[in-house]
Amino acid sequence: MNVTLPTLPQGRVLDVIRAPSPILSVSAALVDPTHPAVVQLCADLVATMRVSPGCVGLAAPQVGVAAQAFCVDVSGHPKTRTSNGLIVLLNAEIVEASRNDKGREGCMSVPDLTGDVKRATRITVAGQLPLSGERVLITTDAFEARALQHEIDHCNGMLFLDRVTGAHALHARKVYLNPAASDGC
Amino acid sequence: MTSLAITVVGHDRPGIIAEAAEALSHCGMNLEDSSMTLLRGHFAMTLICAGAADSAEVEAALQPMVNGSLEVTVREVPDEPDLLPLGSTYLVTVHGADRLGIVARLAGVIAEAGGNITDLTTRLSGPLYVLLAEVDVPRTADVEALQARLAEVSTDLGVDATMRLLDNDQL
Repeated sequence: MNVTLPTLPQGRVLDVIRAPSPILSVSAALVDPTHPAVVQLCADLVATMRVSPGCVGLAAPQVGVAAQAFCVDVSGHPKTRTSNGLIVLLNAEIVEASRNDKGREGCMSVPDLTGDVKRATRITVAGQLPLSGERVLITTDAFEARALQHEIDHCNGMLFLDRVTGAHALHARKVYLNPAASDGC
Repeated sequence: MTSLAITVVGHDRPGIIAEAAEALSHCGMNLEDSSMTLLRGHFAMTLICAGAADSAEVEAALQPMVNGSLEVTVREVPDEPDLLPLGSTYLVTVHGADRLGIVARLAGVIAEAGGNITDLTTRLSGPLYVLLAEVDVPRTADVEALQARLAEVSTDLGVDATMRLLDNDQL
């Protein structure tokens, strides 16, 4: 991200909602990036992601808020190629996507299952930063692209379960807290 | 040449597949298509094998591995032709709170439309129920009507359902 993320307030660690909670299936509302409650929500998402082992991303519906907001940080993950560090985006959408590849994903909201999901490996995402509302474009690849698509899906009421590649593409999670085993978002 | 359908279900432990395959090999039976998984921790294997032995001979050969913790069935089956799908293959994905009748009602909707489920996985994970079904839908079927009916029934069941065309790229 060629922009500096504004300094967020102190975040609170929130409980992560698990499927089959209905809020995970709701297409979330657009938000005002400058609203103090939205800025606090962003800080809370980051704080909750930071304390969750293996977690590389978290979206607002996962903490029970139907808002178009998420954070991602894949820095240091072994599957990462390009990393923009901590990304916090509001009202985000994918504007370009290409080069699909299959990978195994997990999710904090579906803690006991993983699934094989095909995603674009090169994407450009448009969204707004919290606090300033500045509109930014992020172009990235590989694991960061996968994490962004996973979180944008959450904001649109979709889980990785909705995108698995076949009847045998769902697996019981066998390895916990090992970020190389599957992608926890 | 005899074709046999064999099921092995029971307590999982290392070596079951090795023992079953060795017994079949010893009987001169060629292991053809097979599927094995753990279902809520239970070992579950289904396979088709072909060779000169009859079902009684194979059942006797598999008996030592039963050991009180596995149930084995063996029966002769006729050869089935490999049928190519006559239409398109879709993946139906369903997830939501577990309740009685999800598979029955949604599989019923698929059957009413002439759809044939060729692969099915269901998982119960805490309160979450997930169903994945690969469905051959005949060319003559009204796919939009099937999708609408799946949406209607899944809403009634309180679950999320999607139906999408499976990739079938020839490379």
